[in-house]
Amino acid sequence: MTLTALSQFSLPFLMGSGLNVWSETLVGFNVWGLPLGLIILAAIPLVFIALYSLTYGVYGERKISAFMQDRLGPMDVGKWGILQTIADILKLIQKEDIVPTSADKFLFVIGPGILFVASFLAYAVLPFSSAFIGANLNVGLYYAIGIVALEVVGILAAGWGSNNKWALYGAVRSVAQIVSYEIPAAIALLCGAMMAGTLDMQQISILQSGEYGFAHFYLFQSPIAWLPFLIYFIASLAEVNRAPFDIPEAESELVAGYFTEYSGMKFAVIFLAEYGSMFMVSAIISVVFLGGWNSPLPNIGSLALNTWTNGPVWGAFWMIMKGFFFIFVQMWLRWTLPRLRVDQLMYLCWKVLTPFAFISFVLTAIWEIYVP
Amino acid sequence: MEEGKQMSQSLKNSVTAYSIIKEHFGSAISEFDPNETMPFFEVLDVSRWTEIALFMRDNSKLQFNYLACLSGVDYPAEDKVGIVCNCESLGVFNHKLAVKIKCSRQGGSLPSVAYVWHTANWHEREAFDMYGMTFTGHPDLTRILCPDDWVGHPLLKDYKVQETYHGIKVPY
Amino acid sequence: MQELDTARQASVRVNRKSDNRVVIEKDLMTEQMVLAMGPQHPSTHGVLKLECFTDGEVITEAIPCLGYLHRCFEKTCERVDYPAVVPYTDRLDYLAAMNSEFAYAIAVEKLLDIEIPRRVEFIRVIVAELNRIASHLVAIGTYGIDLGAFTPFLFCFRDREIILGLLEWASGARMLYNYIWIGGLAYDVPSDFLKRVKEFVAYFRPKAVELCNLLTENEIFVKRTWGIGIMPADVAINYGWSGPMLRGSGVQWDLRRNDPYSIYPELDFKVPVPDGKSSVVGDCLSRHLVRAYEMDESLKIIEQCLDKIPSSEGFNSRSAIPKRIRPKAGEVYGRAENPRGELGFYIESDGKSTKPIRCKARSSCFVNLSAMKDMSKGQLIPDLVAIIGSIDIVLGEVDR
Repeated sequence: MTLTALSQFSLPFLMGSGLNVWSETLVGFNVWGLPLGLIILAAIPLVFIALYSLTYGVYGERKISAFMQDRLGPMDVGKWGILQTIADILKLIQKEDIVPTSADKFLFVIGPGILFVASFLAYAVLPFSSAFIGANLNVGLYYAIGIVALEVVGILAAGWGSNNKWALYGAVRSVAQIVSYEIPAAIALLCGAMMAGTLDMQQISILQSGEYGFAHFYLFQSPIAWLPFLIYFIASLAEVNRAPFDIPEAESELVAGYFTEYSGMKFAVIFLAEYGSMFMVSAIISVVFLGGWNSPLPNIGSLALNTWTNGPVWGAFWMIMKGFFFIFVQMWLRWTLPRLRVDQLMYLCWKVLTPFAFISFVLTAIWEIYVP
Repeated sequence: MEEGKQMSQSLKNSVTAYSIIKEHFGSAISEFDPNETMPFFEVLDVSRWTEIALFMRDNSKLQFNYLACLSGVDYPAEDKVGIVCNCESLGVFNHKLAVKIKCSRQGGSLPSVAYVWHTANWHEREAFDMYGMTFTGHPDLTRILCPDDWVGHPLLKDYKVQETYHGIKVPY
Repeated sequence: MQELDTARQASVRVNRKSDNRVVIEKDLMTEQMVLAMGPQHPSTHGVLKLECFTDGEVITEAIPCLGYLHRCFEKTCERVDYPAVVPYTDRLDYLAAMNSEFAYAIAVEKLLDIEIPRRVEFIRVIVAELNRIASHLVAIGTYGIDLGAFTPFLFCFRDREIILGLLEWASGARMLYNYIWIGGLAYDVPSDFLKRVKEFVAYFRPKAVELCNLLTENEIFVKRTWGIGIMPADVAINYGWSGPMLRGSGVQWDLRRNDPYSIYPELDFKVPVPDGKSSVVGDCLSRHLVRAYEMDESLKIIEQCLDKIPSSEGFNSRSAIPKRIRPKAGEVYGRAENPRGELGFYIESDGKSTKPIRCKARSSCFVNLSAMKDMSKGQLIPDLVAIIGSIDIVLGEVDR
């Protein structure tokens, strides 16, 4: 079987006819007129992708940091410590669930929940392949930008509810940071949306497909696109509280920031939510600027690399690989750079990123209207 | 100083520095002890210690701008406690001189030089913590190494440790 | 409404009580928050507690509280013989135990007035300078961590590990050596030790450059430390600062050069001070740079010692150690340049006992830290962390 054949028949081949029957029954499962079965069908792969990406995100982070620091990293659980994260989660599940007596119990409990849910809600509009998207909203990008901001509520609830001064500092810093960085991030994404002329994530991906592979990606479609791309990447680091913008949890200043008081599974939930949102912003940047599920390989004469490597399953592969690539870059930065100070962070946002985002917005508009 | 041994250069410098102070303060300070390891003089008129310290720091020929060490010492034989200050003119003349000041063992008090040399601030607190003499004019005379509610001053030679501290047995 | 009024009055009352607070707007009802930084805080380098009065993120005052690691060093010294104090000096500055022992040995030898064999002096200088590099590596690595850079820390510890291995080979212990005794050494160095030290010097030179590229020239690192916690030279001297802290303020003062001891006068090394171009003189970055340059100078010193060291033929490392250490009556203030500054021992002997009457350790960290209250005023919390890191305290030496 050649690679071409794989791409054409890949979905039924991989899923098998038995699974098809099963899924069709599920699709027909409507309760009180609601397509509940469809929702379940759509949710299963999403949850699996998300959970796998974040368990291996954690493992990857430890291994990558170990590689950068001349260490080995986890080596004991499974071959090369590959099951380490699962062991960690199992351990954390068994831990006593401590709620400090002076904490605001409701906020303390609800905080990690909001964080976790918010970081996973955006997965609904991520087009994982041409055949698969959780909810194909026509305002998908808008929804994705908006839902990231919901994390702020979770962080603030966790920080305030902990009744701890360090946690409060972390929460307040985090709110200031995320709300500020929303602006350059959203404007930078708007540049991409302007190039596509739509906010539909699936449509944005489709518009970037073509036989020349990466040349159709918006990053390479206009000479200005690298600017919003960079701005969004930097702003996304701040939005998910990653180094060098990890000041809400800055361990050397605020002990652990907004999750100082958390332990056990609540801590794990916050931790997993962080990795969930890391993948989410990486996926958004690859959809808007790097073609989403499109293969970056071009067709070179008879060597039809692009045609061979496109298709629903290949699409999912490219999408996840692009997401992982950006996660890798995030980790790379984290283990290389020191942390910015609060005022420097705000300076960067309001005096550097936001003006440049506006400039790139105007330039992209000019380019889109007058040039092609 | 032993007979026949050549006086070292640093000791000569100390002697010169001492003579300037002696000239100014006369009988307020004692005779010079010209030993090789730590040449020192003693302040006899304790109340003038701050004045002497300021003179030592600000006189253009002395410029003892650096207080290397201030150690509390117990002299049970004389029934006194005191401090030893190792002063130095850092980067200017590089001469060194030690000063001893003593006060009564029970409720004795010395003038503070924390405003002359910032170094003295914490060192005087330490001396108070360990020996119990008070320093008049000190900005914040509290215990520094022992807990605030500790009983007694540990470095006194006749110090007996308290039996319990907040319900914890102290002597082991 | 009534509750609001009560709260407002309460806030006004609080404002009047505190004298050093800057009232910005009464209607905002901002209050000072007391923040206990430590003793279990990640960036207070042990068990230092800082009582911070904060207005938002701005610190109006930070008061250091010490004593959490007080182990009665001075009381213990009065109860044991002179040689038995050496292991306790290790536990003062446990990151530079060789240097602490060296300072104590110098003080007692001055009191005893004894001649030390030349090879002993060379070995002492070699191990002390090795320990200085190890200590500066910890200082630089943990400073990186304080500012959020993790990786340099592990690079530093990788190289420090080699030094600890070498010193363990010589003395039998990894951190608390008890190697430099009064009048000599516990043992001569192992036969291949000097060769290995030479190899280490060759290995470490490029690593120091790598560390410099990763941390010292990092834009964010420079931004975080540039112009933070500036200490003018005269105030620094008045505070009794010494070592890299004082040199960071631009005073070219090094006891190895200005109050020479051991064989340092024969050796050629520079006393690095900030040039005022790559940093503001007296800020956190200057202090960091001084430490980084000092590692280079220590390598130079070690190389020179390796060239000049007398052979081990007929050498007994304990030959000059007196059978019974009982100094003549008198006092001494002996000091040496530790990685963190001047470590001095004030020792008083009554001429009869084999135990010191008084043994006071003048610790450099204790003195350097006392400037904390002045330096922290009006700084942000992240800057406070940067300042504590640049002071490079070891609580074992602060609390003794």
